[in-house]
Amino acid sequence: MSSQIDRIEGSGIPLRGDNIDTDRIIPARFLKAITFDGLGDHVFEDDRAALADHPFSNPVYRQAKVLLANENFGSGSSREHAPQALKRWGIEACVGESFSEIFRGNSLAIGLACVTVSREAVEQLMSLVEAAPDTPFSLSLQDRSLSADDLRVEIGVDNSVRDALLNGTWDATGMLLDDFDVVRGVAERVPYIRGF
Amino acid sequence: MGRTLLQKVWDLHTVRKLPTGQTQLFIGLHLIHEVTTPQAFDMLRARGIGVAFPGRTFATTDHIIPTLDQSRPFEDPLAETMLAALEKNCAEYSIPFWNLDSNHQGIVHVIGPELGLTQPGMTIACGDSHTSTHGALGAVAFGIGTSQVRDVLASQSLAFDPLKVRRITVDGQLASGVFAKDVILEIIARLGVKGGVGHAYEYGGSAIEAMGIDERLTICNMSIEGGARVGYVNPDQTTFDYLRGRPFAPQGEAFDRAVSWWGSTASDPDAAYDDVVEIPASEIEPRVTWGINPGQSVGVSDTIPATGAGVDEALAFMGLSGGAPIQGTKIDVAFVGSCTNSRLSDLREAARIARGQRVAAHVNALVVPGSQAVRAAAEQEGLDQVFRDAGFEWRGAGCSMCLAMNPDRLEGEQVCASSSNRNFKGRQGSPTGRTLLMSPAMVAAAALAGEVVDVRTVMSHV
Repeated sequence: MSSQIDRIEGSGIPLRGDNIDTDRIIPARFLKAITFDGLGDHVFEDDRAALADHPFSNPVYRQAKVLLANENFGSGSSREHAPQALKRWGIEACVGESFSEIFRGNSLAIGLACVTVSREAVEQLMSLVEAAPDTPFSLSLQDRSLSADDLRVEIGVDNSVRDALLNGTWDATGMLLDDFDVVRGVAERVPYIRGF
Repeated sequence: MGRTLLQKVWDLHTVRKLPTGQTQLFIGLHLIHEVTTPQAFDMLRARGIGVAFPGRTFATTDHIIPTLDQSRPFEDPLAETMLAALEKNCAEYSIPFWNLDSNHQGIVHVIGPELGLTQPGMTIACGDSHTSTHGALGAVAFGIGTSQVRDVLASQSLAFDPLKVRRITVDGQLASGVFAKDVILEIIARLGVKGGVGHAYEYGGSAIEAMGIDERLTICNMSIEGGARVGYVNPDQTTFDYLRGRPFAPQGEAFDRAVSWWGSTASDPDAAYDDVVEIPASEIEPRVTWGINPGQSVGVSDTIPATGAGVDEALAFMGLSGGAPIQGTKIDVAFVGSCTNSRLSDLREAARIARGQRVAAHVNALVVPGSQAVRAAAEQEGLDQVFRDAGFEWRGAGCSMCLAMNPDRLEGEQVCASSSNRNFKGRQGSPTGRTLLMSPAMVAAAALAGEVVDVRTVMSHV
């Protein structure tokens, strides 16, 4: 069983913009490897080169654990390298208006929580962090809440995601193998495997 | 109340309800390639787990291979390491692998349908977001990440939350010069790049039904660009005719039994949808993207938007001006290829435009067939010569300039007319490179003119 994850505590990092795709999170040239090692060093590499004050280049956010994002974060390519790079950089939770489904699934598979809050709440949280980067965040999956300073917002998280993180079943292999005879049974009833 | 194809396939493949509330689904076909799998095999080894159904996984190589000089070892040692890892993993776990020396090799989403591996009513998974492509034959096909590749190898199953189904109906006849690519770009422009989150897209209506499988593959391929988890077209006679005689399709009487079952997987006439979107075919014209996501496109006779969410950032990156016509935008590179548009019918349409013409002097143009089989078929028809005579490069099969994991890439701020699927910042290999997505015929027309033109005006002279 993988570790149980409930509370995530640490400072935040604001990343403004809708539709930030996984090619931007980790450009494809860094996928030419047979491990995920070192990906944290290259997170947002091209965006950082293009934007001198990119949050991921700003030392005041270097210890951040909670990424603040806008709409449709992680769209595009299914590369798990994207959440892997964020996690290896130090991110433990992504808080955004919305996420692409594949990114969210890949994040869950490595124990990285993706939770949603309203556009207004994201704006408040981003402004708060931009004004005071050290502000401690406390995210509780159990309570479905995120607190920062005297701000407390409700977070959206699917029951399945929340349960998997709270119960430590986000690494799904064990769960999927629990009842393997049933898997075999399905294989036997599916016409294209039976051979029509 | 009838059921949709998605519901039927979902029910048939359900293993059980998981403690998390998700559904464990059996995966009927698993396709793998060199980029998203080496870590998955390493995780299996570390856990001492084997591959549950090695006969249900098939491998090829596409992303990292050069399309010019394919001699081994590759010039790029990282690419060589990745291909060597796939060779080793497939050998160790007895997984069939179509390597560069096989005439079955090609882009994973091109060879699945081409070999008849992809069939109606199947669940399919592949560590690549464009796995939605396979829905063109009536399969439910999921793009997944590396940990999920590990799980499919280990258990031939995955955990999913339920999906809604949006029916997208395109009725009527597409005008000459308007292709499947334009239809899907129109759909994404209307519904947005996150409009499909939580949904399967079911494409139907007379314009979709009139399409061949190649065109349906183009439509389903870009479902993911609209945020949809999967996309599909209900199987019909076109689907069955396409599959007949393909190497992995059932043969003889088994084929007839298969057709009967395949037909039964289609959505019932009285199926209930979570919502329905109707787009008249007559409203669609050739489309071109002007921005940095596939939802940012306009009809070729339109002007580039000047206001709206994300417009400033996109125009600044693209070096384009709001309010200016998209026609006349200068290009430096033209790319016909990718899992979206590299099949024989795509190459035929591009060749029809290129025949007897010359690529503009300042344009680098390349045509990259999606598979070795497509390449051979195109050469059989003499399309390679048409392209070469016009000044296009004719390459080996692979992903090529779609994603810049191989030597084919943009330089600096080059502008590329591309038949691929993503115009993200940096997608084609230069962090400042610019992509204009369009149909293969539009790419060919742009290559000749050296700028974006309306293929319909070119076609009237062909």
